[in-house]
Amino acid sequence: MSAPLLEVQGLSKAFGGIHAVQDVSFTVGEGEIVGVIGPNGSGKSTLFNCILGQLRPSAGAVRFAGREVTRMSPARLSTLGIGRSFQLLQVFDNLSVRDNLILAGQEHQGTLLARLFAPGDAGLAERAEQVLARFNLAPVARQRACECSYGQQKLLDIAMAFMAGPRLVLLDEPAAGVNPTLLVSLSRLLRQVQAESGVAFVVIEHNMEFIMRLCSRIVVMAEGRVIAEGSPATVQADPHVMEAYLGN
Amino acid sequence: MNGTRSRIGQGRLLSAGIVAGLLLALVVLPFGLKNYGVYLLSLWAVYCMAALGLNLTLGYAGQISLAQAAFLGIGAYVTALLTKAGLSFWLTWPLGGLLCFALGLLLGFPALRVQHHYLAFVTLAFNALVFLVLRNEEWLTGGVYGVDNIQRPLFLGLSSKSPIAFYFLSLGLLTLVSAGLWWLIRSPWGRAFQALRENPLRAASLGVNVRTYTLLAFAIGSGIGGLAGGLYSPLVGFIDHTPFELGTSLALLLIVVVGGSGHFAGPFLGAAVVMLLPEWLRISQDYYLILYALLVMVLMVVCPTGLMGMWERVLRDRALRAGRAGGP
Amino acid sequence: MAQFLQLITSGLATGAIYALAAIGFTLLWQTSQTINFAQGEFVMLPAFLMLGGMQVLGLSIYASFVLSLALSGVLLGWLFKRLLVDRLIPHGYLPLVIAAIGLSLFLKELVKVTFGPEARPFPSALPTGLLHWGSVVLSSNDLAVLVLTAGVVLALHLFLAHTQTGRAMQAVAQNAETALVLGIPVSRMVLYTFLINAALVSLAALLVTPLYLAKFSNGESLGLVAFIAAIVGGFNRVRGALVGGLLLGVVDNLSGAYISSAYRQAGPLVVLIAIILFRPQGLLGKAEERTV
Repeated sequence: MSAPLLEVQGLSKAFGGIHAVQDVSFTVGEGEIVGVIGPNGSGKSTLFNCILGQLRPSAGAVRFAGREVTRMSPARLSTLGIGRSFQLLQVFDNLSVRDNLILAGQEHQGTLLARLFAPGDAGLAERAEQVLARFNLAPVARQRACECSYGQQKLLDIAMAFMAGPRLVLLDEPAAGVNPTLLVSLSRLLRQVQAESGVAFVVIEHNMEFIMRLCSRIVVMAEGRVIAEGSPATVQADPHVMEAYLGN
Repeated sequence: MNGTRSRIGQGRLLSAGIVAGLLLALVVLPFGLKNYGVYLLSLWAVYCMAALGLNLTLGYAGQISLAQAAFLGIGAYVTALLTKAGLSFWLTWPLGGLLCFALGLLLGFPALRVQHHYLAFVTLAFNALVFLVLRNEEWLTGGVYGVDNIQRPLFLGLSSKSPIAFYFLSLGLLTLVSAGLWWLIRSPWGRAFQALRENPLRAASLGVNVRTYTLLAFAIGSGIGGLAGGLYSPLVGFIDHTPFELGTSLALLLIVVVGGSGHFAGPFLGAAVVMLLPEWLRISQDYYLILYALLVMVLMVVCPTGLMGMWERVLRDRALRAGRAGGP
Repeated sequence: MAQFLQLITSGLATGAIYALAAIGFTLLWQTSQTINFAQGEFVMLPAFLMLGGMQVLGLSIYASFVLSLALSGVLLGWLFKRLLVDRLIPHGYLPLVIAAIGLSLFLKELVKVTFGPEARPFPSALPTGLLHWGSVVLSSNDLAVLVLTAGVVLALHLFLAHTQTGRAMQAVAQNAETALVLGIPVSRMVLYTFLINAALVSLAALLVTPLYLAKFSNGESLGLVAFIAAIVGGFNRVRGALVGGLLLGVVDNLSGAYISSAYRQAGPLVVLIAIILFRPQGLLGKAEERTV
């Protein structure tokens, strides 16, 4: 087996005396969809923020495509090919949906100076149309993001993570607040994207049905540690997992 | 769908018509004015330019600066001193802008650490310091005696000595700078600046180098302030430190916000209101500044997004009403 | 040495007056995120209200002060909050900054038109004269200013820390939403801080105007000093504003006496920039939680 795409090794993060993430290790293979679950406060979001350079881990290492990327800035990680979406909506309210997407792609090409003299759409018009169509956002392409429905903004937030053609995307609760109908199409959508581009995912989610259907492998966290790992079926059968969710 | 698009098209046509009409008015207007009126129009062009720079930094990139008057001053002194040393205006004008670009880059560094009101106070203090230097360094700036006898430039061998000629020179340079900014805002850089204003955290996660763009927003905005200053000194012919006080920075902020911060047309409108309204209110003699201050407060309460924000709201309401009327 | 001591005392006295304006400024910021760009004019106006009381109504300076307290409370407290702050705060800090700049121009011009542009003498409400103490000569006015402001600041502190209303106001300052959930009438608490600010600026006007004479443009420098004092001490701390004000008064007085140069005004500005960049929470302030 070739080297994994993402390798997290012994990652820890302490705030004062509290160990939010403790000695977490896992890998994600090329094109794999991995879920991260765990009760509230188990350190999932902190883990994401450490991997993505939003927080500085206290110990441990992150390797991406065979390269050490620990403590790199979020912008650098993005240009290396790691996309992300946010738990709470983080779209650019006053830019059009299409401009949101073009922004998500423009910094990944050419030099700073070349971008100054590039055409307004940064040569990304075609790519934007593709992504708009793929995420069913074409009808609202010209609307400002804040004028879209919650579901559309959620889709946009996720779509932005894919705009630059990343190799790995980290999704933080993509299903939060999304209605059941959209949820079904969302998991189908993500699978289609995966099949088309071979991108790998790591997904944090509370919605078990959604994550069990989407992911091929699941990492379970509790109190900052990994307590179980394996296929959805194995994890569901694991007594430790049940215990972590229900408490002692 | 098609209806919406055609209405948007109509809105654009309307805007283009208004712009063409105003430009025509700006060309014709000075012929009907006395020298003082023409001078005011030239001054309007100078303040417009300075406010265009501030609008980029504040309106588009979301970084407040209360130091624009300092850059206006630096640009004015550079042009004045170098022109007197024998250099051509066409060399000193961009040089003043370039120096302000470099200084603006430096002023941008605090913005990487602090935001909002803290940034306001840092830039405010910077303005006050520059003011002191302009006043005290007599060997360089002439101190309180200032620099006098600043010549107006030749353009293609034509003199711009007469008020009208200089006005057209100012209008031409303002058009040039505006066109440059228009293009900048529509470039990927402009989009990145707006992303900075809307949500820097999200921008960084998409690969936007927040640091670089913040510094650039300050540098370009300040550079344009310097260009405005370069136009100011040949306009007035004599400069000292007094016009570059903090109050002028506040007036420029007023221009940007009253016009509509983050709207391209904001500074043009804002400068007209902030500079020309007091002149027009002068008929009420002693009370004109009181009236003017009242109007500013009322405008902020009625429409905090400024005049352009109000205009946009009117357009949107109209489109909405038209949509409802045209719907089933 | 004697001269140094005198300079320190008079510096502290001016600094204490700066502190009054700075504390008010800080209170407004804490409870309502208002950056009052008109704070200098807020100190200028009561001086003329008192002049009006004395010259038009023939009142004593003390009665005029009471009148100015009441009028300031209505105009600079209640009206300012109702007409501008309440309406503009929901739109972010910028429109309010602009409106406050408009308000400062409005007040300045109003006073200029009503009372004329020239400086007018203003009587001192406190004992004047000199106190001899060995070789040290102190101004009794300075000492009285110090005692009076110390009393007022102490009273304010006791009110904020030990009364139910005071504690409710602090809760609002820390987190208005939580305070609302706890059943604290947030809007009323905010109004109280505006009234306190109005009282503080009235007192500052009473104490500072005899030193500078009453002039419509007095607010320009006073406002700047209040900002700087508030930030140097710590924008989110009443105690910080006090220390910042005192420090500024002393530094200003000493540099005026010992390093009289064209750059005397630059000192506080450089301190301001350094503080904001390297200790943005101020000398005594707590670091504000960074919200994402």
